[in-house]
Amino acid sequence: MSRTFKISLTILLVAGLVLPVTPAWAQAPTKPPAKAPAAPAPAKAPAQAAVPAKGTIKIATQSPLSGGQAALGEGIKNGTQLAIEKLKGPIEKLGFKVELVPYDDQAKPDVGVSNAKNIIADKDILVVVGHLNSGVAIPSSEVYKEVTLAMVSPANTNPTVTDRNYLNVSRVCGRDDVQGAVGAEFANGLKMKSAFVIHDKTPYGQGVAEFFRDRANERRIQILGFEGTEEKANFDPIITPMAAKKPDIVYFGGIYDQAAVFFKQAREKGVKAKFLGPDGMDSSDLVKIGGKALVGMHYTTVAGPTSVYPQAKSFADEYKKKFRKDAEPFAAQAYDSAAIGMKAIEAAIKAAEGKMPTREAVAKAVRTVKHTGLTGTIEFDEKGDPKKAKYFVLEIVSDNPEKWNDNKLVRTLEINAPPLKK
Amino acid sequence: MELALAIFPQVLMDGIVLGFMYALIALGYTMVYGVLEFINFAHSEIFMFGAFVGVEILLGLRARELLDPLNPFLVLLVIILLAMALSGALAVAIERVAYRPLRGAPRLVPLISAIGVSFFLQDAVRLFESLWRNAFYLVYPTVDVFNERIKIGETLDFSLKSFIIIIAALLMLVALQFVVNKTKVGKAIRAVAEDQATASLMGINVNRMISLTFLIGGAMGGAAGVLFGVQYSAINPFTGFIPGIKAFTAAVLGGIGNIPGAMVGGLVLGLLEAFSASYLSLLTGGAFGAEYKDIFAFSVLILILIFRPRGLLGEVVRERT
Repeated sequence: MSRTFKISLTILLVAGLVLPVTPAWAQAPTKPPAKAPAAPAPAKAPAQAAVPAKGTIKIATQSPLSGGQAALGEGIKNGTQLAIEKLKGPIEKLGFKVELVPYDDQAKPDVGVSNAKNIIADKDILVVVGHLNSGVAIPSSEVYKEVTLAMVSPANTNPTVTDRNYLNVSRVCGRDDVQGAVGAEFANGLKMKSAFVIHDKTPYGQGVAEFFRDRANERRIQILGFEGTEEKANFDPIITPMAAKKPDIVYFGGIYDQAAVFFKQAREKGVKAKFLGPDGMDSSDLVKIGGKALVGMHYTTVAGPTSVYPQAKSFADEYKKKFRKDAEPFAAQAYDSAAIGMKAIEAAIKAAEGKMPTREAVAKAVRTVKHTGLTGTIEFDEKGDPKKAKYFVLEIVSDNPEKWNDNKLVRTLEINAPPLKK
Repeated sequence: MELALAIFPQVLMDGIVLGFMYALIALGYTMVYGVLEFINFAHSEIFMFGAFVGVEILLGLRARELLDPLNPFLVLLVIILLAMALSGALAVAIERVAYRPLRGAPRLVPLISAIGVSFFLQDAVRLFESLWRNAFYLVYPTVDVFNERIKIGETLDFSLKSFIIIIAALLMLVALQFVVNKTKVGKAIRAVAEDQATASLMGINVNRMISLTFLIGGAMGGAAGVLFGVQYSAINPFTGFIPGIKAFTAAVLGGIGNIPGAMVGGLVLGLLEAFSASYLSLLTGGAFGAEYKDIFAFSVLILILIFRPRGLLGEVVRERT
């Protein structure tokens, strides 16, 4: 190749990489697509018009913004953004700007930890709303603990998240030791005699599957199999023995991007069992991927579609107007998490007599907040669990992803958080 | 034990379907190696590209409400042919841009280039799909006809999909064998594979034959991509990676450079993987589950390289003077 040709080819390649992304720079960060940064980096925060007064306080989010779970991860980011826009007034009156700094943890623990290190280095970040995956939250929160940076989780359900009794870790949702049991009780209520349990080998998926299995055993439901898999495409080898054993119900402990493909293939191979799953199923993308195979399926969740929260109607409308799609599950929880974070920041500023509060002060303040938000009244116990948490059992009624919020609410339970095991 | 027997036919079918898919992909690796003594690591992405071509066409048809009225078999045929054409073209382009300029360089250099192309293609597809569809985890639309169960005898029933895939793969493999062994063009390719210098002395346009090899190998890979999408539904820019490595293992298993060897290797590996995945937990009483199936695939590669490096059907390579 001639030298000029090589140079022009290089320029062409670089232009080809840069030009498609320029429209994204001009738009607000909430607009799609998320061209996920190869190295974890914050997306641009929305511009603030006001002149900074005493400083800027930042609220960070960590959730998967790219990859198979982006639907839920984006919901968490958007819910937080909406909360900041609507509720930052009191903090601004005290002289501080409030900004959102979203991070993409790609549902991977190492990326989450790497982002966490960047987050703790930014002194303006006082609260983190995140994560989606317990397997990412647990190691990342170890990093936040180093500086007692408050993490308020909208979606992490694995018990270990709060059982470590860290001051800076709290969650607004329920726990899997309860959720798995709720699932098993529901299966028992449907008179299921045998179950086949699959999980995705993450702390979340395996955890909730084990809790399901333990309670199912107590209820004398025969567990025909307990398999873990990281497979995303070829489930034939697992489905074949499972189909031959003919379970009454199949429980998948994992997230919708994997479960939808699994259930779809299972139906295609003639599996007639009922399907059941935990809150990882709770996303409209589940039916987008799985289609008709999933109609009639049940799932337990700690979040639920926005229709189950009476106060969330105006939130749902505003979300739709701003982000041009229906609010995903966990967006309302992220809204409440951010609201709690901001109340805590406000209290901490006042306690610091108008100066920028320390992270520890904010973390302590989070625990004292009693907040009535979109998802109910939230009050934390001594380890960071909400004193009372809601658990829902829902039935999928349509294979249209836009009708996800119409899923039928079969049962609602309000259960106290289990105490810390000594 | 009777459970083990009960699932045997289905596992066998799964293994054959998987095996044919690996065989189609392995052909790309083996043909390129036969002609250039070079392992085209970007081939797994050509496979992935074919899968994406298929899904884009299907989603486009569905958006225009054309998917249901049209005959599904016809649609499948068309998308396989289109995916073959486009993947073949991509393979030829890659050869021109990334490998031909490095013809004289030490062996390692084109290999690194191939790895670079592989990463580039993964992210190029990801970028394109992010901008075009705002999602790069795509799902093949379900065609209900393909999921009908066909009964053989009293106890066996398989989905129509499996048969379609096996027949499609068989047709392609037979066609390839015909082209390579019974046509003049095939003879030219075999000549270039055996001795490039002498072939060019005989009047064969070596560069054109090499491009043709990439075209054929890429086409096979692209077709495998569509079949993969039809069988397993969910694809993303990174789905090429693991099947690519396994197909490469299959090619080595059968004898790298040997076309029937790639077919045999693919089948053997597919069967091995399907059987190990389905039977592992049964045989070990739940101690080892299906997630360990990949250990079998890669252990086979290691054992083959240690004990029979030329593969099952390969010939011992004599030093060329």
